Amino acid sequence: MRIFDPHIHMTSRTTDDYRAMYDAGVRALVEPSFWLGQPRTSPASFFDYFDALLGWEPFRASQYGIAHHCTLALNPKEANDPRCTPVLDALPRYLVKDSVVAVGEIGYDSMTPAEDHALAAQLQLAADHELPALVHTPHRDKLAGLHRTIDVVRESDLAPEHVLLDHLNETTVRDALDSGCWAGFSIYPDTKMDEDRMVAVLRNHGTERILVNSAADWGRSDPLKTRKVADAMLKAGFTEDDVDQVLWRNPVAFYGRSGRLHLDVPAPDALHEGNSILRGGE
Amino acid sequence: MLTSREELDAELGEAARAWLDAALAEAADDAARPQTAADDATRSEAAADGAARSGAAADASRTAASPYASPSWELRYAAAGRHCGQRHADSVRSLLLVEARAPLASITRLYEQGTAAERRAVLLTLHLLDLGDTALPLVEDALRANDTRLVAAAVGPYAADHLAPHAWRHAVLKCLFTEVPVAAVARLADRSRGDTELARMLTDFAAERTAAGRPVPEDLRTALALTAPAGHPAPPTAAPAPTEES
Repeated sequence: MRIFDPHIHMTSRTTDDYRAMYDAGVRALVEPSFWLGQPRTSPASFFDYFDALLGWEPFRASQYGIAHHCTLALNPKEANDPRCTPVLDALPRYLVKDSVVAVGEIGYDSMTPAEDHALAAQLQLAADHELPALVHTPHRDKLAGLHRTIDVVRESDLAPEHVLLDHLNETTVRDALDSGCWAGFSIYPDTKMDEDRMVAVLRNHGTERILVNSAADWGRSDPLKTRKVADAMLKAGFTEDDVDQVLWRNPVAFYGRSGRLHLDVPAPDALHEGNSILRGGE
Repeated sequence: MLTSREELDAELGEAARAWLDAALAEAADDAARPQTAADDATRSEAAADGAARSGAAADASRTAASPYASPSWELRYAAAGRHCGQRHADSVRSLLLVEARAPLASITRLYEQGTAAERRAVLLTLHLLDLGDTALPLVEDALRANDTRLVAAAVGPYAADHLAPHAWRHAVLKCLFTEVPVAAVARLADRSRGDTELARMLTDFAAERTAAGRPVPEDLRTALALTAPAGHPAPPTAAPAPTEES
């Protein structure tokens, strides 16, 4: 079974996670830039983070046989902080990098005017750079937030088939799919979605244009949720081809719109023999 | 290794060749552009502090719109692999740097703002640019990295020419630690010959590995043998025998 986790924050995870993900079948992932839990206070802090998503983290992933790509953006929460908004001016030089496969995570947190501006500006950046966009839907007031997001996408130069609306649930999936966008679901131990609810969504809405991710980060989360959804799908009677579509072909099709996906990472060899990541001076 | 322009022309398709021609022309234009006071200020600033994101000041003189704007050839530098194929990306990026006669401000910016692959291409090209030892902060930065692609690119001819003895010895040791083949170290034999301090460091490292019950890297023996003075080959038993390897 091959798995593509289209949304996971590996910067916050350990090499044990990389190894467990590889063993579970994960061969590719996309790491969106997002809020780190601790607010940033300057654009330079974002630049170091972006550089890590373009440098060190892909190296770490490659040590475990996993292809790493990223999405870069000013996240919705920090779009409200005037100390951080100059990041928008610097994004063009980052969006030309090889492993950037979308602009993201963008979207709404509290639905403020500053978030309106950042969302519209970054959808335009995606259109200008011929990149798709990964759009986070808000945790609070989700359905209203989804509708407002879809309105902004419609007003943008980016076609809906270039947009992935993420963190959806039973109440938002219909409208998201009807908009022509792709639909993403984050499977969490406690919040967002769980495996069985995800299987029910797939039963009701089919397997087209639907992506499943772990969105694992620094909070309580599980980087193997993608595999657990795959197992739950098979148990519920979905075919292996259905599983491959949702957990591999759909994310490849969506992020492949960037023209920048490279999925041929060599399998790890000596790494599974007891060496941890190569670190000078260990 | 880097491929020449002639070899690239023979291998690239028409669209890629046209893209490369345009990119090199933009780089040449930038090289011909008179240096401004801002460039000079940035150059000395970058020389003084390699860690600063110091390119912005120079670019502000070219494009007042954004403090983050870059010359067009620098944007092409990032996209080289997508237009000419990833296997040619190092060579194309290197050609761009040479064609632009990239000053320290540019290479510092391209390195600091670059992906690992873009940084590697800067490191691989340093010896082809007229930089003296001013780019050493970039080499030192790469040698602090644990990304083996950067470490390997950092120990090329530029490091052989300019790294001070202490830093150079640590670079050799770093290669052994991170399993970068010592074959990547430019002029290893020349610089090692008669280097008793490097020999001591290698011997200590071998002893540490042996004490831990871990194998001594074969490359360590290779490097250690090269430290013998000219005409005095090192005895084959100079490194402590490992306890567990074959």
